[in-house]
Amino acid sequence: MEFSYEVRDSYAEVKADGRLNMVSAPKLREFVTDVIAGGSNRIVVNLENTAFMDSSGLGALIGCLKAARQAGGDLRIAAVQPQVKMVLQLTSMDKVLTAYGTAEEAFSND
Amino acid sequence: MTRFWTRLVVVLTVITGVNYIAWRWAASLNWDAWWIALPLVIAETYSLIDVMLFGMTVWKLKIRKGAPPPPHDATVDVFITTYNEDLDMVMTTALAAQKIRHPHSTWILDDGARPELKALAEQHGLGYVTRSEDWTSNLPRHAKAGNLNNALMQTHGEFLLILDADQIPEPDILEKTLGYFNNRRVALVQTPQYFSNVPADDPLGSQAPLFYGPIQQGKDGWNAAFFCGSNAILRREALMQLGLVGYVKETEKSIRRALAASRSAIKQARKSADVDTPLVAEVLDEVEAATVEAQRELDAGQPLSEITYRVRRRVDAAVQTLVSADVEALQADLEEIAAMELAHVGESGVPVVADDAVKRMSARDWSPLGALESVQAVLDALSVERNDEAQPVMPLATISVTEDMATAMRMHAMGWESVYHHEVLAYGLAPEDLKTMLTQRLRWAQGTIQVLLRENPLVQKGLKLGQRLMYFATMWTYLSGYAAVIYFAAPIIYLLLGILPVTSLSWDFFVRFIPFMVVNQILFAVAGRGIPTWRGQQYSLALFPTWIKACSTAARNVWFGRPLGFAVTPKARQSGGPSWSLIRPQIVVSVLLAVAAVVGIIRLATGLAEPLGTLVNVAWVIFDLVVMSILVRAVLYKGYQPAPEPADQKKES
Repeated sequence: MEFSYEVRDSYAEVKADGRLNMVSAPKLREFVTDVIAGGSNRIVVNLENTAFMDSSGLGALIGCLKAARQAGGDLRIAAVQPQVKMVLQLTSMDKVLTAYGTAEEAFSND
Repeated sequence: MTRFWTRLVVVLTVITGVNYIAWRWAASLNWDAWWIALPLVIAETYSLIDVMLFGMTVWKLKIRKGAPPPPHDATVDVFITTYNEDLDMVMTTALAAQKIRHPHSTWILDDGARPELKALAEQHGLGYVTRSEDWTSNLPRHAKAGNLNNALMQTHGEFLLILDADQIPEPDILEKTLGYFNNRRVALVQTPQYFSNVPADDPLGSQAPLFYGPIQQGKDGWNAAFFCGSNAILRREALMQLGLVGYVKETEKSIRRALAASRSAIKQARKSADVDTPLVAEVLDEVEAATVEAQRELDAGQPLSEITYRVRRRVDAAVQTLVSADVEALQADLEEIAAMELAHVGESGVPVVADDAVKRMSARDWSPLGALESVQAVLDALSVERNDEAQPVMPLATISVTEDMATAMRMHAMGWESVYHHEVLAYGLAPEDLKTMLTQRLRWAQGTIQVLLRENPLVQKGLKLGQRLMYFATMWTYLSGYAAVIYFAAPIIYLLLGILPVTSLSWDFFVRFIPFMVVNQILFAVAGRGIPTWRGQQYSLALFPTWIKACSTAARNVWFGRPLGFAVTPKARQSGGPSWSLIRPQIVVSVLLAVAAVVGIIRLATGLAEPLGTLVNVAWVIFDLVVMSILVRAVLYKGYQPAPEPADQKKES
């Protein structure tokens, strides 16, 4: 799994490419925490290239949401792929994390 | 009476043979030229063992009086196996099979899945079978054995008559053979393979009168007559038993392998820095405990399906614990978020992850354990489903390209009996060109050596000593290529260099060697009862490159997993002019032999060589050249004349 981020006008976009699983989930947490510590509290996690997510991956996303909120910001997700979407729906986490079509859309209304 | 004379000659052969070879080892070796002396005496010992095994075979020569009348209610499936043969040929055989008198169903087993053949079969009311959808492209097809195994799952007859596409059966083939199965222990009746497109002088050595005669009759005496792929009747019950026993054995083997692999996979996973949370460590502990328990149960002989089921259950439970922990942590995070800013979460409160969702997230395809790929792979291998084969039960052995011999050996090992019925009841077509013939012989030899290396008959449980030696005898003959090279080299070395592998060609040598040679030839004459064996003797020596290639490719295949096929097909064209390139090694050897003879005579004339040594070795060279001369006729052979069909019959595998 590879992580990267880019600071945009009003938010920071984090890309997580690969499988978001037990091995890579703690790394996502760490990565996002660092981005927040770097001064961005509005985070979009772009899941365009995340083909798979397990319960650890889901836990990491919620953990990152908490960190963003604690920093006074928010975390949103974009470009969700089918398997990840199924996991979100199955666990009702789609009510907590709204999936946006693209990273640009995520913070476009506020 | 014949039996008495045969046994007498066998005894004389053994006495004279051992007398000669013992003297060769003890008193005749020219150690100054050990590099040829030793190989030669080893080759001669090889030949003595070969002839002793032949003697043992014919010792129990069994001449059967014919089978009792067959049970009328015996149900029979006739299988005609085909892959790419000419449709006319397949249909000729199939229609002849349809006319077999005993009630039966005729099936065309078309591995080529040709729609035209299917239509022809339907038109004539014949059964038609192709591979079921289980045989997906990623699984091994096992050629003819796979074709037969597939058909066994789709038919029900108590007995199976197996025919190659070119083997036209006589209408009475079942009436003459089914009666043997009245003996409940008989699993196989093999009849000869005889070819109708072979001229009397048989330039390609297609007929095997010694094999489909004294050799199979002798093996029959030891209850070791074996299946030769076609013109044989098999008992389904025996085949299915073989398949089931094989399935259990294979499954246990693969479970043992998986358990062994799991230990290192878990160790590796523990070491990896990726997994350092205590929870994951706990799951790994649990998986390890489950596999240790499974190993104990396996050693205690508990049922495989239960063992693997229990491992699955324990691992599933552990994974579920892991997922639940993830979900609990996530839920706690959500509670904290909700406490921070109530408005965001909404009135319904924090969403709760349902138990069903936890279960789904724990299933194999979404399991967090999937991240530890090696661990997951090992757990997947702990199954009884045999995912690496199209069918879990493979009645015909798939360890060799000659599935027939391997299958028969396993049947014998399980206590079944076999019968050789010495009467031609089907007429086939032999290859009509050297290239096809060489390819076929190479395949047979490769298959036999595969069986030797994978399931050496000498150490197979369940086989009686006689049976072990009978199977071993056939395999032993295929090692002759190496001996042949030495037999060619020895006279060349003497005639060119004057180096003799024996200390002297004296009275001591001739008095031991000549009786052995004479008795040896008498043995073949007596055991063969006048059948022509010379052609077979010629080819067993002349095809030495084929035998050597078979041994080396089969060894590479068994030991290193290399494919057999890459060296199989000679590049020469099947049609067109004579293809001398097929016998290049033999041409080289023949030229060397001839040159050596000329040089030897010159050396004799100039006093460099002694007369007796030269005489013996020139005679030896002449014998070798006469043996090899058959290849000239084989290359020039233009096919069977009276037959209108062209000579392009191809056989599967």
